[in-house]
Amino acid sequence: MTKRKLGRIDAVLFALLIVALVVTAVVTVGGRFWWLPPLASEHGKAIDTLFIVTLAITGTVFVLVQLLLAFSVIRFAGGEKRRAVHFTDNRTLELIWTIVPAVILTVLIASGGRLWSRIQIAKPPEDAFKVEIWGEQFRWTFRYPGKDGQFGRTDLKLVSVENPLGIDKNDPAAKDDIFFFAGEENLHIPINKPVVVYLRSKDVLHSFYVPQLRVKQDVVPGMVTKTWFVVTKKGEYEIACAELCGLGHYSMRGVMVVEDENDLQNWLKDQLTVADVLP
Amino acid sequence: MEQKIVHLHEIHEPKSFWTKYIFSQDAKIIGIQYLITAFLMGFFAMVLSWLMRVQLGWPGKQFPWLERLMPNAMEGGIMKPEFYIALVTIHGTIMVFFFITAALVGGFSNILIPLQIGARDMAFPFVNMLSYWVFLASCIVLIASFFVPGGPAGGGWTMYPPLSSVKEALPGSGWGTTLWLLSMALFIASTTMGALNYITTVLNLRTKGMTMGRLPLTVWALFVAAIIGLLSFPVLFAGAVMLLLDRHLGTSFFTPYIIVAEQHIPREGGFPLLWQHLFWFLGHPEVYIAILPAMGITSEVISTNARKPIFGYKMMIASICAIGFLSFIVWGHHMFVSGMNPWLGTAFMATTLIIAVPSAIKTFNWLATLWGGNIRFTTAMLFAIGFVSTFVSGGLTGLFLGNPPVDIQLHDTYFVVAHFHMVMGTAAAFGIFAGTYHWFPKMFGRMMNEKLGKLHFFLTFIGVYLVFFPMHFLGFMGIPRRYYAFDQFQSFAAAAGGSINLLISVVAIAVGLAQLIFVLNFVWSAFKGQKADSNPWKANTLEWQAPSPPPHGNWGDELPVVYRWPYDYSVPDAAEDFIPQTAPPVAAKMRKGESKDGKVSGDQGR
Repeated sequence: MTKRKLGRIDAVLFALLIVALVVTAVVTVGGRFWWLPPLASEHGKAIDTLFIVTLAITGTVFVLVQLLLAFSVIRFAGGEKRRAVHFTDNRTLELIWTIVPAVILTVLIASGGRLWSRIQIAKPPEDAFKVEIWGEQFRWTFRYPGKDGQFGRTDLKLVSVENPLGIDKNDPAAKDDIFFFAGEENLHIPINKPVVVYLRSKDVLHSFYVPQLRVKQDVVPGMVTKTWFVVTKKGEYEIACAELCGLGHYSMRGVMVVEDENDLQNWLKDQLTVADVLP
Repeated sequence: MEQKIVHLHEIHEPKSFWTKYIFSQDAKIIGIQYLITAFLMGFFAMVLSWLMRVQLGWPGKQFPWLERLMPNAMEGGIMKPEFYIALVTIHGTIMVFFFITAALVGGFSNILIPLQIGARDMAFPFVNMLSYWVFLASCIVLIASFFVPGGPAGGGWTMYPPLSSVKEALPGSGWGTTLWLLSMALFIASTTMGALNYITTVLNLRTKGMTMGRLPLTVWALFVAAIIGLLSFPVLFAGAVMLLLDRHLGTSFFTPYIIVAEQHIPREGGFPLLWQHLFWFLGHPEVYIAILPAMGITSEVISTNARKPIFGYKMMIASICAIGFLSFIVWGHHMFVSGMNPWLGTAFMATTLIIAVPSAIKTFNWLATLWGGNIRFTTAMLFAIGFVSTFVSGGLTGLFLGNPPVDIQLHDTYFVVAHFHMVMGTAAAFGIFAGTYHWFPKMFGRMMNEKLGKLHFFLTFIGVYLVFFPMHFLGFMGIPRRYYAFDQFQSFAAAAGGSINLLISVVAIAVGLAQLIFVLNFVWSAFKGQKADSNPWKANTLEWQAPSPPPHGNWGDELPVVYRWPYDYSVPDAAEDFIPQTAPPVAAKMRKGESKDGKVSGDQGR
C-alpha cells in the first residue's frame, strides 16, 4: 500500500472516531441517561438552569470544533501531488474568534456572578432556621440554638466525653442549646423555610455536601463557614463529605430529615438541652 | 559572545562514557535523561492508577495475588482505604510534577531550546546537570515513601492541612508526608535551576538573526512556562517549608487547635485556607506550565505536517503570554466552596473564564493551520491532532467549574476528575508523545517505527476517551472523587455501583498495557531504528539543520544564521514546500512579508 493511502486510512479512522465521540456525547447528554440528582432546593433551580445553559454553549462548541477537526483531517489529507495553500493570518477571522468567545464568556460571567451573589453573597433572611453542623473523622453531628435562637460559646479545649462539642455551659446563650453525640441523631430541618447551616470541624477539613440540594460547603477547623438554602421536598437526604478527610472519607455519611416545621418543633421540644445534660 | 561559546565547545568535549551520557552537561543528553526518567515515573504512576481501578471496578473482590505482592496494603486480598488514598495522592503527584512537568519542561526545554535558537548549549551547563540530578533525587525520595511506616502520603496531591499536618490524622501523614514535602522541595529546587537556565538561554544565546519574533512557538511556550515556573514554584516551596515546621516544630501556620483521634493537638490560630492559597498560587499556574509546552509542540508539529505556516503567529505568541499572565490570577477558582470570602469567588470567576479567550484563539488557529493543508499523518501529527481534540473536550468543561454556582454542585466530583484528566492529563501526555515521536530522530539519530506508533496512537486515543468521558456523567450524578468505595451511600451506590466503573477499569488497564507498545518502540528504535537523516520531516526550524543526533556544541565550527521565521511552508513559487530558517532571502525568492500581499484573503475561502 502506498504511503498516501495509508495516510487516508489514518485520516478516515481518526475522523470516524471523532464522529463516534460526538454522536455518543450528544445521545448521552440529550437522553439524560446519567443526569443530575433530582432537585430538592429553591436556589438549585437557577443553578441547574445555568448548568444547562453552559452545557448548551459548550456542547455546541464541542460538536462544531470536533466535527471541523474531523472534516479538516479528511478534506486536507495529503498527497504527493498536492500542495498546501499558503496563508499566514487573517485579521477578520482572528477578531471573530476573539470577540465571539469574549462576548459569550461575558454573558456567562454576568449570569454566574448574579446568581452567585444571590445564593452566596446575599445574607439569609433574619427569621431563617439556624443549625450548626459539626464534622469530625468520619461522622456528622448537630447543634440547635434552642428558643433564644443563639448558639452558646464553644471552645475545643472544653471537649470531653460528656461535652463532645466543647460547649461553655456557663454562657447563658448555651443553656437551651440542643446538641447530639456524633452519629446519635439525624439532622432535622424544616421544609419551605430558609435554613442557615453553620459549619464547624473538630479535626480536619470536611465538606458538607447534599447532592439533591445543590449544596456544598467546606467545613474548616478554626473557623465557621456557612451557607443557606430552602428545601422544597420532604424526605430523607444523605449528607456526604466532599473534602478528603482521611481513610474513612468515603463512609462519612449523615442523614438529613426534611419535615413540616410543626413536626420539627415538636421533635425539638422532646430533646434534652445543655442545661439538662451538662449540669 | 560567539567566540566565547566556540571556546567553550572546544574545551568541554566530553570523552568518557560517564561524562558524555551520565554526568552530562550537554542539554541534549540532559533532556533525554529527563524524558526517560519522566516516562519511567509516568509508567509507575499509571500502574498505581491500575490498582485504584481494580478497587473501583471490582470493589470487595479478593485478589490473593495482590496480597502476595503487597501483604500490608492488600491484607486479605482487599485494598485498605488508607492505601487507596495514598495511591490517589502519589498517582496525582507523579503525573502532575514528575511526569508531565518533568517531561515537557525538563525534557523538551533541554532538547529543543538550544537547538532551536541556534545556541551551542544552555547558558549554565553545570547548573543544568545539577537540575537533573536534584530532580532524580526528588523522584527517589518520593518513591522511598512507599517503604516507610504508615506508607506514602495520603492527603491528596493538594496535601491540605490539617490532614497533612497532624500525623494522627492519617497513617500516611507520618513519615510519608515528610518525604512528600522533602521530595517537593527538591523538585522545586530542580525546576528553579532549570527555569533560570531556560530563560537566560532564550534571552542571551539566540544566534544571529534569531529575533524574538522569529522564535518557533515551542521556544515561546517553553520560555513563558519557565517564567511562570520561576515565579510560582517558590511560593509552594515556602508553603512546604511552613508545613514541615507545622509538622515537626509545632508551629501553627496552617494548624488550628483541633482534636484528632481523641487527642487534643495544642496549636493556636493556624489557618488551613492559607495553605490552599499558597498551594494553588503554584497549583494553577502549574497546569499552564504543563500545557503551554504541549501547545508549543502541537503548533510546531501541526504546522510542519500540514505543510502550512502556523496561522496567526503573532496571536499565538500573544495568547501564550496572555495565558501566562492570567494563570497567576485564577487560583481561587479551586476554592469557591472552601470558605473563602464569596466576593473573591466573583473576581476569580471573571479571570478564570477570561482565560478561555486565549485558549479559544489557539484552538481556532490550529484549525486554521490545518485548513487548506497537505496533511501528512505521521504519528507525531496524529498525537498533535489528538491534542487539539482532547484539549477542546477538557477545556470546555472548565467553563462549568470556573462558574461558581455550577461549581457548587460539581466541585470535588468525578466531573473534576474528567476535566483535568482530559485537559491536562491526556492533552499534556499527547503533547509529550507528539514531541517524542517528532524529535526522536534528532535525539537518537534513528526513526521510530511509524506502524507501531500509529497503533499506539489509536489505542490510546480510543482508550482515553472511554476512560475519561464517562467520568463526566459520574460527576453529573454527583459522585464524589477520592472515594474508596461507593457502597456506604444509597444514592452513590445506585449511580456508581453499576457498569460504568467496571468499563472504565477494564479500558484503563487495557490502554495502560497499550503504552507498552510505545516503550517497546522507543527502546527498540533507539538502538535498531532506521537511520534518520538530518531533516526527515522537511521542517524549517534550526535543529533540523544540525546532524541527527547533533554533535556536542551542536553546530560544528560556525553557528547558523537565521534569515526568516520558522513557518515558511508551501510558499508559492518556491521550489520546495519548506524553506529552512537558515535559507538566505535570495535562495528562496520569497520572504514572509512578500508572501502575505493580497493572497491571504483570497486563499482563505478554500
